[in-house]
Amino acid sequence: MTDTQAAAIPSPAPASDREPLLRVTGLTRHFPIRGGLLRRQTGAVRAVDGIDFTVNAGETLGVVGESGCGKSTMGRLITRLDEPTGGKIEFEGTDITHLGVGAMRPLRRDIQMIFQDPYSSLNPRHTVGTIVGAPFRLQKVATEGGTKKAVQELLELCGLSPEHYNRYPHEFSGGQRQRIGIARALALKPKMVVADEPVSALDVSIQAQVVNLLDDLQRELGLTYLIIAHDLSVVRHVSDRVAVMYLGKIVEIADRDSLYANPMHPYTNALMSAVPVPDPRRRQRAGRERILLKGDVPSPINPPSGCRFRTRCWKAQDVCASQEPPLTALKTGHQVACHFPEQREGND
Amino acid sequence: MTELQKTPADTGQTPSGDPFLSVRDLRIHFDTDDGLVRSVDGVSFDLHKGRTLGIVGESGSGKSVTSLGIMGLHRSKRARISGEIRLNGEELIAAGPERVRQLRGRELAMIFQDPLTAMHPYYTVGAQIIEAYRVHHPEASKKQARARAIEMLDRVGIPQPDRRVDDYPHQFSGGMRQRAMIAMALVNDPSLLIADEPTTALDVTVQAQILDLIRDLQEEFGSAVIIITHDLGVVAELADDILVMYGGKCIERGPAETLFDAPEHPYTWGLLGSMPRLDRELQDRLVPVKGTPPSLINVPSGCAFHPRCPYADLTGGRSSSEVPVLVEAAPGHHAACHLPAAERHRIFAEEIAPRL
Amino acid sequence: MFAYIIRRIFAAVVLLLVVSAVTFAIFFLLPRIAGETADQLATQYVGKNPSPEAIAAVKQNLGFDQPLYTQYWNFLKGLVSGAEYKFGPDPVTCHVPCFGYSFKNHLEVWPELTKRIPITLSLAIGAAVCWLVSGVTTGVISALKPRSIFDRLAMGIALTGVSLPVFFTGALLLTLFSYQWPILDNLQYVDFTDDPLMWARNLILPWISLAFLYSALYARLTRAGMLETMSEDYIRTARAKGLVERKVVTRHGLRAALTPIVTIFGMDLGLLLGGALITEQVFSLQGVGAFAVQAIADNDLPKILGVTLLAAFFIVACNLVVDLLYALVDPRVRLS
Repeated sequence: MTDTQAAAIPSPAPASDREPLLRVTGLTRHFPIRGGLLRRQTGAVRAVDGIDFTVNAGETLGVVGESGCGKSTMGRLITRLDEPTGGKIEFEGTDITHLGVGAMRPLRRDIQMIFQDPYSSLNPRHTVGTIVGAPFRLQKVATEGGTKKAVQELLELCGLSPEHYNRYPHEFSGGQRQRIGIARALALKPKMVVADEPVSALDVSIQAQVVNLLDDLQRELGLTYLIIAHDLSVVRHVSDRVAVMYLGKIVEIADRDSLYANPMHPYTNALMSAVPVPDPRRRQRAGRERILLKGDVPSPINPPSGCRFRTRCWKAQDVCASQEPPLTALKTGHQVACHFPEQREGND
Repeated sequence: MTELQKTPADTGQTPSGDPFLSVRDLRIHFDTDDGLVRSVDGVSFDLHKGRTLGIVGESGSGKSVTSLGIMGLHRSKRARISGEIRLNGEELIAAGPERVRQLRGRELAMIFQDPLTAMHPYYTVGAQIIEAYRVHHPEASKKQARARAIEMLDRVGIPQPDRRVDDYPHQFSGGMRQRAMIAMALVNDPSLLIADEPTTALDVTVQAQILDLIRDLQEEFGSAVIIITHDLGVVAELADDILVMYGGKCIERGPAETLFDAPEHPYTWGLLGSMPRLDRELQDRLVPVKGTPPSLINVPSGCAFHPRCPYADLTGGRSSSEVPVLVEAAPGHHAACHLPAAERHRIFAEEIAPRL
Repeated sequence: MFAYIIRRIFAAVVLLLVVSAVTFAIFFLLPRIAGETADQLATQYVGKNPSPEAIAAVKQNLGFDQPLYTQYWNFLKGLVSGAEYKFGPDPVTCHVPCFGYSFKNHLEVWPELTKRIPITLSLAIGAAVCWLVSGVTTGVISALKPRSIFDRLAMGIALTGVSLPVFFTGALLLTLFSYQWPILDNLQYVDFTDDPLMWARNLILPWISLAFLYSALYARLTRAGMLETMSEDYIRTARAKGLVERKVVTRHGLRAALTPIVTIFGMDLGLLLGGALITEQVFSLQGVGAFAVQAIADNDLPKILGVTLLAAFFIVACNLVVDLLYALVDPRVRLS
């Protein structure tokens, strides 16, 4: 679409050199809870509660966390499908936090979203051509050779056949439907794509196809991804940097390799050790230590004081209850919010 | 708050004597408007008490239909069931529905994928467990049944079970609901527990808790367990033996260790290759299985996997014309593939293993 | 839960006030907008060839000269404390609750209405029991054996039932069972307290004709609801426990399928209690509906207003009961 985007395609420059594509500061979203006789606001679900991060052009930021950690809400805030309660979202230096529908429209071309459920996110009564072509019509974009040609090119780009133009979503398998969703998101050549659990509804053998497709498209079109997922292995595979969320906060954010090789936050450690691995020997290996978190995630309505993870953390001390640990860089490109971060010997 | 757990090493005992559950050539077909759906098409396996069988497959592979078939839950007139299911020597397919109902919940119990929808929203958790108990213990008083429900809730790790017993399912968290489902399934000390995707709807940390719980309970009760899942990681955590299903058929069956170390079937290779793994070096690219899972109405001729199999050409055309049968490829390890075993081992060693 | 009940009751009261205001406005404000003067209104109550003085007196006595909101306020006041109308030489008292006074018939509206309520109540509740039993049973059996002969037949009859108006089925039943074969002739309303058997005997035909219409609707609703709930996961769980099928259907299936039916039932019953106009006409029952028809025919504003308010009260009350029942049935409503 623009020259800057074309320039961004080759290997992304180090983060510090350039203005990030997306900068999020202190982002919050509280959903009010009403109760009592008069339905007054009695509290709030603090779904997203003050998060900061940046995404650089051309890179992929993965966001992991368990259900209820606020990762999906965060995705909806960034794509402005939801209105933030506080904080700031800057896209290419422009503050888009509270832009109205009209002012947001040109930006909708630049930020697109891919949804989890390829079954419910496509209108069953529209043909693939209509679905993928809709962005052109909505944004009144003229295309060379007409919308149909552009749509067919997109379908091909996403590994579908141009003949699928006149078919309906129910004629496709889950993986193909996700490809349709991706084609629609890419129609207007966005700069950034926010993907919320893009592969979790798909079969294992199909997941890999879609993951590879996302990979290829990024390389080809110089896309920037924000990928939200609960699957740590998928996130590891697709991301350049990874943020771990817990109860509306980012507890750790780091370069992919640094995070997976040397997770510093106890929660990240627990998450990683909980992932089942297709190796039956691992469970039999004597001395295998698995961190088994007790209990459930506390309610985001009334999160624990200080560090939110302290109620389930085996390292918690008094300071954790009284002081909230700030997200600080302990290494280059590795920020952790913990009073007692894990520091593995010889890893620095 | 957290315990560092050491998983007990497997005793490694080999099963002896008659299997507790024996399934022979199970076929479950459904008449639909679009044609005959061959959901399960000739599946056989044995399961001994105290052992865990993992059934792995993608959606539409027939794994869930198999489990519902064992439970006798295909009551619809459109279902055609044939073959043999022997539970403790008793044949279930020919048995009357009333007999199977008596066994259901007492000898055979099941837990489901989504504990929120699997529990009735209008009854308390306790009432649902009590109901499960009293079906098979009609002599038990309400008070006894309630005490039993509380005992089971306590056993599966629900804090303050005497209070939570009166809560409704929606007041429980996802993990607690699945614990309550397990309590309900085990309330009558069943000899066979079928867990159909028991952790798919749960978060990883909760999944780890539930898998641990199932393993502990099995050790305690010594029952046989079938775990059905699409997640190879989950079966690796629990199963002693693994059965891989594709297109309604069992395409590979073997002990967990050899199945992961030396998988025989190209589909199993594909599954292992297409999943990103935390315990391995980062691959540059995943190796997906091409194409899509087959339709169960028009199952591809010959080997159902042949349109997606990268090695189909090496069989000299047999893969598309002849249905492969399960053949023992290694001790206790069967695979249904036309490729000669030696050829398969060579391909695996040279092409597949380095990628995994 | 307590807050929920209080809030619902409060909402019901507010709703009734709004309905009364709107009704009042329709009957008293609209004529004025249409150009009818207070004088013209008053003229109706004075007799032939009235003198201007007499009109002015009536206008003042009945309050037609006051602003509308004052009239409305007086009307509300009458509901709780009664009213007195200086109509003619002797003032008449309208006792609490004063739903108005029919100047045309020189009758208080409320006692007239209350006479009719038992009839309508008998008709509506009896019919409701009939249609609930037949409709829900048919629906359940149909849902358990979809596409069976029973199902097809029942749904065919249901379609007929929905399409046939009450004045047709009612007249048909009357012709057949009162005239052709006089099994049930001489249908006179008998109070339940006087003779329960005669009460039921004489109401059975109106019950059947009303219930035929409604059970058709309820059979279809129940069938759809049951088909949906019987495919829920928790039904599979109930079967997996080894419950006998009868219990799976009633305890687990029907219980959940009935919830939406209760909602619609509340509305239907409320509507009927406000007067089953056609059925009452066909069977010459002097119920609330007949009262309303008469009031409209006479253009007797206070009666129309009274019966409208009563109908509104029944609908609001039934919906309130439904809301509370809903909370009782579904813990997710109660506990959230």
